[in-house]
Amino acid sequence: MIEVQGLTKVYGNKAAVDNLTFSVEQGEVVGFLGPNGAGKTTTMRVLSCFMPPTSGSAKVAGYDIHADSIEVRRRIGYLPEHVPLYTELTVTQYLNFVAEAKAVPRVQRRQKVGELIERCLLHDVRGRIINTLSKGYRQRVGLAQALLGDPPVLILDEPTIGLDPKQIIEIRNLIRQMQGERTVLLSTHILPEVSVVCQRVIIINEGRIVAVDTPENLTRRLQRSTQVLLQVEGPPDQVTGRLREMAGILRVEMKDGGGVHGRYVVETEKDCDLRRELAHVVCSSGWGLLELRPVDMSLEDVFIRLVTEEQDSMTVDRSPVTLDG
Amino acid sequence: MGTLAVFKKEIRSYFSSPVAFVVFIIFLVISGYFFYSILLYFSLISMQASMNPAFATGLNVTDGILRPLFANMSVILLFLMPLLTMRLFAEERKQGTLELLLTYPLRDGEVLLGKFLAATALVALLLFATGIYPLLLGLWSEPELYPILTGYFGLLLLAMTFISLGLLFSSLTENQIVAAALAFGALLLFWIIGWAATLAEGDWALLFRHLSIMEHLSSFARGVLETKDVLYYLGLTGFFLFATLKSLEVRRWKG
Repeated sequence: MIEVQGLTKVYGNKAAVDNLTFSVEQGEVVGFLGPNGAGKTTTMRVLSCFMPPTSGSAKVAGYDIHADSIEVRRRIGYLPEHVPLYTELTVTQYLNFVAEAKAVPRVQRRQKVGELIERCLLHDVRGRIINTLSKGYRQRVGLAQALLGDPPVLILDEPTIGLDPKQIIEIRNLIRQMQGERTVLLSTHILPEVSVVCQRVIIINEGRIVAVDTPENLTRRLQRSTQVLLQVEGPPDQVTGRLREMAGILRVEMKDGGGVHGRYVVETEKDCDLRRELAHVVCSSGWGLLELRPVDMSLEDVFIRLVTEEQDSMTVDRSPVTLDG
Repeated sequence: MGTLAVFKKEIRSYFSSPVAFVVFIIFLVISGYFFYSILLYFSLISMQASMNPAFATGLNVTDGILRPLFANMSVILLFLMPLLTMRLFAEERKQGTLELLLTYPLRDGEVLLGKFLAATALVALLLFATGIYPLLLGLWSEPELYPILTGYFGLLLLAMTFISLGLLFSSLTENQIVAAALAFGALLLFWIIGWAATLAEGDWALLFRHLSIMEHLSSFARGVLETKDVLYYLGLTGFFLFATLKSLEVRRWKG
């Protein structure tokens, strides 16, 4: 449904998105996960045809975002990060305008707008001016405008940011309902959100894709162990044997069949840095230590930052209790 | 289709904020004041003319009241139009709503045309409201109908030029004040360049006069539809709209 090929967007001389390639299947809910400034918003702006990429291409529902921009836009419902709405209009007036702009046929307009008002729980505020609505309601109006015109693809940029926990759950439920029915690409910098809502996660950091996997696999991959890559000049059997004897080592795996300059991946307990000990063991055994570096540190870095940010935002969420929405 | 959606939304936005009302009231108050003082002056001259027939040459309602009135209204328009157009793109950019608008299945041209027509419709309504002045004149005199119609047509063309220029500046910035100031400055320049014609000589004087945005209005109020004047306004309008379209495109690339 969404195919992105070598997408790059450069602002000035800094690449916000650098050679991004991924695809999203029909009916999938995919999370775009990354810390602030990772390039999530830029990617979504490109996909929604708001701005063209510097290089690379992307297709939505088979249409090229550059050559068939209008066709792509007909098939996308987009919710930008700060939910920009025409605050001087009422909810109904606003949604009517969007329906017209998206060329919903005249006879269906009233019915479609009515349906979405019900579905997004906007019934009580439909005659109110958007300016007077709370953040939670605005978010739902934003979601309703994205859903107007029944687009098969939804692109939601941080759909739950700035909401209180109750509102977050409501929005997540709305998104989850769409699973299978629509293709959803949503961005977030909150880790648990991904595992609740998404089937697949694309982790992005500094404009590059760090990992693509299911939330479960990612968690497993990351929480169990830390990996270190070693290149040692020495007899492979003895090296593996010696390394396995060390305390705190879970697993030693030989890469590319060993050899005299063998590469080994050593898995240690999480949060247990054995690099110094490893170096010491190799050297004291009289072998040559050619390389020693942690594997997938970038992914881990991102992950740690995501986890800490979630903790921060949870504490923030708890303190002010908002009664509206 | 898309144009209509944007048009309706803009009209609605104009009237759900005080902008349209304030501009209407100011325009009607000031043009009403001008109408009153011109009328007073005209009746004074008429009185003198009744005693001394030498004054009476060329004394008629069209030349004595309507032409100065239209000229004055064009100046008020010049002052007020930037206030109507400043928000059209600048506000959308500031609020971020442009990001949504430009991702709807609408062509940039449809968006632009919708906004342009909305502002034009507003001015048409404004000018329609001033129709009370010629109607009042019609109670006690017999003004010629044709110069009134062409005069209004000229004012509308003039306003369309103002609007297209205002749209261009509104698309260049996200600050409404900056947009209004730039549009106002540019319009003022287009006006006063005509004054330079009196100082310059020969071809230069001609050039300046032809460039001046007010100069081309005078024929309309006389009841004359001159192709060159109509083309001047339409051409400028088209040019500014085209430039706005390009500026939107460039803005997309910059992000």
